[in-house]
Amino acid sequence: MTAPLRIRIAATAGVLCIATSAGAQQLAEPGKLLLTNGIGSIEGAAGGGLTPWAVIAGNATRDGIGVQASATVAEFKDYDFQVAGISVGAWDRVELSYARQRFDTNWVGGALGLGNDYKFDQDIWGAKVKLAGDLVYGSEWMPAIAAGLQYKKSLDAPIVRAVGAQQSEGADLYVSATKLFLRWSLLANVTLRATKANQNGLLGFGGDKRDARTVHPEGSLAYQVSRRFAVGGEFRSKPDNLGIAREDDWFDAFAAYALNRNLTATVAYADLGSVATVKDQRGVLFQLQGSF
Amino acid sequence: MFAFTAMAMLMTPQVAAQEQPVEPYKVDPANAGATPFAGEGMARAFGGQDGIRRIVDHFVTANFADRRIGEIFTNQDQVRLRRVLFEQFCYILNAGCTYTGRDMRTAHKDMGVQQGDMNRLVENLQAAMAAEHVPFAAQNRFLAKLAPMRRDVVER
Repeated sequence: MTAPLRIRIAATAGVLCIATSAGAQQLAEPGKLLLTNGIGSIEGAAGGGLTPWAVIAGNATRDGIGVQASATVAEFKDYDFQVAGISVGAWDRVELSYARQRFDTNWVGGALGLGNDYKFDQDIWGAKVKLAGDLVYGSEWMPAIAAGLQYKKSLDAPIVRAVGAQQSEGADLYVSATKLFLRWSLLANVTLRATKANQNGLLGFGGDKRDARTVHPEGSLAYQVSRRFAVGGEFRSKPDNLGIAREDDWFDAFAAYALNRNLTATVAYADLGSVATVKDQRGVLFQLQGSF
Repeated sequence: MFAFTAMAMLMTPQVAAQEQPVEPYKVDPANAGATPFAGEGMARAFGGQDGIRRIVDHFVTANFADRRIGEIFTNQDQVRLRRVLFEQFCYILNAGCTYTGRDMRTAHKDMGVQQGDMNRLVENLQAAMAAEHVPFAAQNRFLAKLAPMRRDVVER
């Protein structure tokens, strides 16, 4: 992790802690129920870790505007990965998000001729609209349904093109359906994403094998152990556009704990499969998320 | 003394209740807004009628004292609320009661309940159930019966 990003993440966490202790006393408005705003996904949208959910970021209900910010740090077998994200949720209806991803190639960068510790960076701007339904209330079988867009821009355009990507920026379109089935204490999410991003965009968009969006399912299943604590797993299928670097689907198992109304900590074990020619990228991901 | 006791006995239904009159309505258990659970499992998880009564008392007291939603309850008939809420919970949990209260839309009419208020209500209920050691999965099963009532409770 380079100094500026590490400082930024530390600063974010620090601000969150201060805001939390102040917020707990001064504005203990009820807002959303614990954990029902999800965590910060790696692309900034509120949801699970790997996939967006049909929930709106922040603690506000249909009567207000809320904010959510998250810092995520992951260590894989051969790579490190960090994300800082922030999102605004309005009226439990609309969400706007931004995330900066940084993927550190460590020794692999040297082996690929990029230099040791070469870092792929990406900006992601997201918008999501909840179209119908509700995560918790209403008909037991009617999920919340949302549609969203993620515009992604690699900050390493020459490199991702050299790797074989057709573009260095692109947009993912997705639809998510999410429901907390209270009778089973089970949250289920299904997302369909139209994308041509390579490794979610870090390696650009499109490739020699294909340069068109394809639709990929993603899913999350979480069991609510208590008001504060949920455990679950996720799955995200991905395109495989680059001839030189096979791409695998992603999986994770996670545990999320709401320390209070404003702070949620998540730890996950993730399997990214093969990334940039190196197989078996498994590792641990940790996230601190603040929401108001 | 005898006269007093006799009078009290005569008045029992009203005295015990001390409820404010409400507009006439048709008594029907369907007014509870949810079908009861089958079997005795949920009633047992909630500690039977005694447990349900303690949960309702805890819940109602917390709502009236709540600094966010307390004012919604200020003008509500607390005596009646404790009775009909007990009946409703007991009926839905299949703990051997019938529900004689009004339907949810009528009962919450013009209360001005917002989504955040409803969530606080749920939190207060969760706290009351947790205090009676109702397992979390059973709490959620009960909430699953209540969640569809939102459209009759929360004002658009």
